[in-house]
Amino acid sequence: MSEPKFHGRSGTWVGASVRRREDPRLLTGQGRFVDDIHLPGMLHAQFVRTAIAHAAITGIDLSATLRVPGVVAAFTAADLAVGDIVAALERPAEEFALTAMPVLARDRVRFAGEPVAIVIATDPYAAEDGVDAADVDYNAETAVTGLSHALADGAPLVHTEARANTFLDVTMFATDGIDAIFDGADCVVQVRTHSGRQNALPLETRGVVASWDARDDQLLVQTCSQVPHQVRTVTAACLGVQERTVRVTVPDMGGGFGIKCVVGREEIAVSAAALRLRRPVKWIEDRRDALTASFLAREQDYTARAAFSAEGRILALDVDVVCDMGAYSCYPFTAGIEPLMATAEMPGVYRVPAYRARGRAIATNKAPTAPYRGVSRPQYVMTMERLMERAARELGFDPVQIRRQNVITSFPYSGINGVTYDRGSYRESLDLAEQILLDEGWYGYRADAAAAGRAVGIGYCCFNERTGYGSESFAKRRMTVVPGFDISEVRMDLTGAVVVTSGTINHGQSHETTMAQLVADRLGIDIAAVKLRQGDTERIPYGWGTFASRSITVGGSAVAMAATRLGEKLCLIGAHLLGTEPDNTRLDGAGGVAACDDPARRIPYEEIADVAYLRSHLLPKGTDPTLTATAVFDGVGDGTFSNASHAVVVECHHGTGAVEILRYVCVEDCGVVINPQVVDGQCRGGIAQGIAGALFEEITYDDLGQPTGGSFIDYKVPTACEIPDISVTHLQTPSELTESGAKGAGEGGTIGAPAAVLNAINDALRSTGTELDRTPVHPQDVLAAFQRSDVPA
Amino acid sequence: MIDPHLITLTVNGTEHELVVDARWTLADVLRHELHLTGTHVGCEHGVCGTCTVLVDGAPARSCLMFAVQAEGSDIRTVESLAPAGELSDLQRAFTDHHGLQCGFCTPGFLMLAEGYLGARTGLDLDRDEIRELVSSNLCRCTGYQTIIDAIAATARARTEAAS
Repeated sequence: MSEPKFHGRSGTWVGASVRRREDPRLLTGQGRFVDDIHLPGMLHAQFVRTAIAHAAITGIDLSATLRVPGVVAAFTAADLAVGDIVAALERPAEEFALTAMPVLARDRVRFAGEPVAIVIATDPYAAEDGVDAADVDYNAETAVTGLSHALADGAPLVHTEARANTFLDVTMFATDGIDAIFDGADCVVQVRTHSGRQNALPLETRGVVASWDARDDQLLVQTCSQVPHQVRTVTAACLGVQERTVRVTVPDMGGGFGIKCVVGREEIAVSAAALRLRRPVKWIEDRRDALTASFLAREQDYTARAAFSAEGRILALDVDVVCDMGAYSCYPFTAGIEPLMATAEMPGVYRVPAYRARGRAIATNKAPTAPYRGVSRPQYVMTMERLMERAARELGFDPVQIRRQNVITSFPYSGINGVTYDRGSYRESLDLAEQILLDEGWYGYRADAAAAGRAVGIGYCCFNERTGYGSESFAKRRMTVVPGFDISEVRMDLTGAVVVTSGTINHGQSHETTMAQLVADRLGIDIAAVKLRQGDTERIPYGWGTFASRSITVGGSAVAMAATRLGEKLCLIGAHLLGTEPDNTRLDGAGGVAACDDPARRIPYEEIADVAYLRSHLLPKGTDPTLTATAVFDGVGDGTFSNASHAVVVECHHGTGAVEILRYVCVEDCGVVINPQVVDGQCRGGIAQGIAGALFEEITYDDLGQPTGGSFIDYKVPTACEIPDISVTHLQTPSELTESGAKGAGEGGTIGAPAAVLNAINDALRSTGTELDRTPVHPQDVLAAFQRSDVPA
Repeated sequence: MIDPHLITLTVNGTEHELVVDARWTLADVLRHELHLTGTHVGCEHGVCGTCTVLVDGAPARSCLMFAVQAEGSDIRTVESLAPAGELSDLQRAFTDHHGLQCGFCTPGFLMLAEGYLGARTGLDLDRDEIRELVSSNLCRCTGYQTIIDAIAATARARTEAAS
């Protein structure tokens, strides 16, 4: 193979803040989101949902529903008779309990909001009338609404298959002699952290339009999913049909953040209804249902200890992670995803010589959870960073200095968790973040504020994030469905323009721009000549979609490899037509193939395409017609680690308890930056979501299992007045494990923010003697800290 | 329909005669009767602002208005901003500053800003005032900073052009 002539690590397009290709349609109202799709004869669905969190269903009467004007049909689980959604791990029964999520609740309901029946009507208003008319009888049982309740002796069971309400219980690591290390250590610190239950909250709720096409002998499922191929697999399995009879396409998608990377039951129910009625059926999730009855995230408790030497070196880490997964295990990841992520990755950027980790996934009568941007990393990083802060206080170290002493500085590094870390800039990012605050005078500002009686604090967070998980690293989780690879096809047409496919799914990440930048550089063509196609199970041979910051690392690598191969084919044909050897040709960066020894001898792509398609008898012997190349890329080894350090300055206000962010600095390293503006956007948006978790958003449940936060009045999404301006600085440590040298950039912001903000708050509250270890931090928590310290001793 | 009404709506300068149910929201009628799907619906309870349109020049939540209430009003949606296909200065600023990612909330922010800037041309808007304005609506992707940047740049350019 010849050397790729345009390799993406530098180039005309890669590295430039190219204006986004997707923007013109989105700015003019010409995007096409699921709810924008209108099909002739289309019906509208809504779901009858239980208001009771835990109950046996004793009767469902839909007769009044069917009398509502406009209602066409209403189905229960018994009517639809489709299979359950089942997500499995290859682990023994004592570690993992296999449970099923029925598409509609059959005999029991397990959380308030669970769908019991589907109502289909001529318009969405009539569908809601039909839902209101449904009559369902329940025998209410005690709801399990918290971890302590779920794990108590004799607690009611959410699933009979999950003993002690435990979906998963694993001890992942247990270094020999770790207890002796703790016993002999100069300093042992402990924290118990809690992070509240959040909603990933894409502004577009979930939705689907399913329609039967007799000519194609196929059900067309148009849905806003991050994983269309997995939706196809589950839909076909639940319906008991061949996969070829289900086509899943994804139109423009209004965000996902993980909540759309699991297969929902509603899209299956709608598909089953469309199949039965032979009419298009649309379902658009109501915001109340999106907030309380879809998939939630994040609720975890950590009990963690760390042993330190007097010199501030971490000697051992011992953690018990308990995750409140709610009522069901999500497909394909299972309820194990959160504790498995946390226990596998927790040592993070630090050199931890001894490690023990137990992780549990617990079932409760709450809405189920899905992986949400960061997936356990915001929580374990917060826990790890609290340990660092506490040790710094105990030992009298500066919080940055104690991190500096413990971060990994030589690479590759083989961790105690069995993970090999590729090169990163952990120390450099931390130093730079601190330097920015020093240069801007924030340490002096903090001292002056303290002298004036104000509570200003500085907090840091240093972390890494494994991106580009391949099948090898996912297999270690022992999922029965192992994501990893991605496939791309690049096809050049007669005009020299190319269409490139990817199994990833753009939903705000700017793939149409960044993937095109990769292709344009590899082929030496203008970005305007590149069109990305995603989200169609007919057009894409297979794909794992977009999650875990895999799009550019895995999907982008496949795209770049396919483009490189097409370049090789262009050289092969071009050499033949120029009358020279392929080795003596290169892509000339201007849409043609040139002879190396005489660049004036060149042939434009259009002329090569003319031969490849229309005059294939002129092709060199053994060369297939058409200009198409495909490539498969699988994540290599343990994946590639991006990293960042965040530095935050906050003020806690005495009068109100409000936490105000005065400065937010992010120094990130996602390897080669393909589009700086896009990476800035990913960082800022991610940090905003992390701040939301640190200070504002939480869905709680009362003792009956009723969720709070069914509207944006109660679920407090931060606005522009709560999210500060954020400065982003890029360090670039190219990855050797991806084609472009890029590492994933989608989740980092969300991961670092809770820890950095919480540490800054605790620094601001230093004089009060209170340390907060729960998020979100509410104003009343801050006020209580001030009030406690105001009480004379 | 439970309670049909014949109404006339003026949308983006065009008059439409429509039969609507009394309970249909303006957002639903714009989207599903007139097929102007650029206006999106994010919460249906008036908080997120994704459905913001201009009613007689002022930003309004089209999910909180019934279509029958809009009779006789002049309504503008995102589809009016680039009638000839050429992006307006505000739309260009949004793309220049990366003020959108998934683009779902974007029409609401555009109409919010369009209404505000239209009413305030020639005034020197400071960043805090624009931040206050932007806090009317929710965006889950950007962290708002670049939306503020885009609106500030447009305001600046319009003020300079007017002086």
